[in-house]
Amino acid sequence: MNKNRDKKEYWASFIQRWSGVVLALFLPVHFWVLSLALQGGDVLDGFLHWTDIPIVKFAEAGLVGLLAVHLLGGVRILVIEFFRWAEWQSHLVVVAGGGAFACGLLFLLRAF
Amino acid sequence: MSSQQEKITVSIWRGKEEGDLESFEVPLVDNQTILDLLTSIQRDVDPSLSYRFACRVGMCGSCAMRVNGKPRWTCRTLVSKVVSNGELRLEPLANLPVVKDLVVDMAPFFDKWQAGKGRFEAKDSAVMEFAPIKPDNKKRQLADAAIECINCGVCYSACDVVESNPAFLGPAALNRAWSLMNDERDGSSIERLKAVRGEGGCQSCHTNSQCVARCPLQLNPTRSIAGLKKQVAIAMLKGEL
Amino acid sequence: MNNRLEIKLWLAHRLTGMALGLFVVIHLITMIIVIQGGLSAAEIMERTSSNILVALFYGLFVVAAAMHGSIGLRTVAQEVLNWKGPSLDLVLFIFFALLCVLGVIAIIGLVL
Repeated sequence: MNKNRDKKEYWASFIQRWSGVVLALFLPVHFWVLSLALQGGDVLDGFLHWTDIPIVKFAEAGLVGLLAVHLLGGVRILVIEFFRWAEWQSHLVVVAGGGAFACGLLFLLRAF
Repeated sequence: MSSQQEKITVSIWRGKEEGDLESFEVPLVDNQTILDLLTSIQRDVDPSLSYRFACRVGMCGSCAMRVNGKPRWTCRTLVSKVVSNGELRLEPLANLPVVKDLVVDMAPFFDKWQAGKGRFEAKDSAVMEFAPIKPDNKKRQLADAAIECINCGVCYSACDVVESNPAFLGPAALNRAWSLMNDERDGSSIERLKAVRGEGGCQSCHTNSQCVARCPLQLNPTRSIAGLKKQVAIAMLKGEL
Repeated sequence: MNNRLEIKLWLAHRLTGMALGLFVVIHLITMIIVIQGGLSAAEIMERTSSNILVALFYGLFVVAAAMHGSIGLRTVAQEVLNWKGPSLDLVLFIFFALLCVLGVIAIIGLVL
């Protein structure tokens, strides 16, 4: 059953929703890892060594990308909902996508 | 007509919520609208087929239904423009109870229209003078941009939130509420804002903009709903709601 | 009262979104800068130990993120899983509390 998917705004919402879900579920893990510091620097280090593996760096860059796209997509929503409507706002979807990709890439480049 | 005319297969929903698609082999006719096609099927092939229309010239919105999954007006859609791989699929509007075949019950759509206070209510005081509303009046321009809606239900059928949130008032009802919020002669602004901020109110819109994509009159309910969100937020922060 | 819950949650979601917009930009820039050369517990804790500014900033960050994420997940659960009512609200409140607790523990571990 083909539904209407003929606007980029649909995909903007889709990515906003699911990036948010991934980030929300990642947060407890993130806090838990950081709380390992309570058990001593060496315990935290033991975990952090995992972050030297390339695939983990890619995953981190992916998370950074998701965070950036959710942030920029969120800015788009706030502009639409709290400013007066303007035609230029339709470009914010592309800004969000492009900006997030750049962010993830930048993180990746510095992580290596 | 040439006997070697190209044939197409039209699948049409038969039944109610429970039912099935029934296939009809018909000739592909140039300049034929989907409404023409339905009429020819009903007259020549199967008189039991049910569908709606009225003006047949794109003014009333009665003929709205899903064509290959997307809601449109059949009187303003050429068969040749939407047929793909020799196939066409016709279904009733989504998100509304099916009465029979391609006919839906529009009552829930209009109930939500009323629930969003989509009706004009004059200010209490007696009218002593005409309210001068000039063409360059900003609020009037906002109202004018949203006023042409003929409640055909296409946006309601297209909306993902209507599908996933049964309480959501929907693009048309909220668009009308917005046009009335900009009508300076109307006296029930606060009540209307309360009506559009409950469960299923304007805040449930995710700006997916399928309504904008499908509206045959090129209206923009996403823009109207964004305006309502701002008005509701300001009123809430001021303690007026 | 119920009638106002949805719009209050929406407003809280947008307001925390605005705050997080600012916090995340700061956080992302910081992370992109410090990630170079890899992560180590010593490096992290050197920057965060006894740093009251870090504690305050991340304290606010944790609460805002916990609120924003919980309210967002609530909408997703309602629309995707068809889960509504008090049971959903309870589960999400527990998630909110969990995030706050885990986040504060992590901050304590890093700052104290």
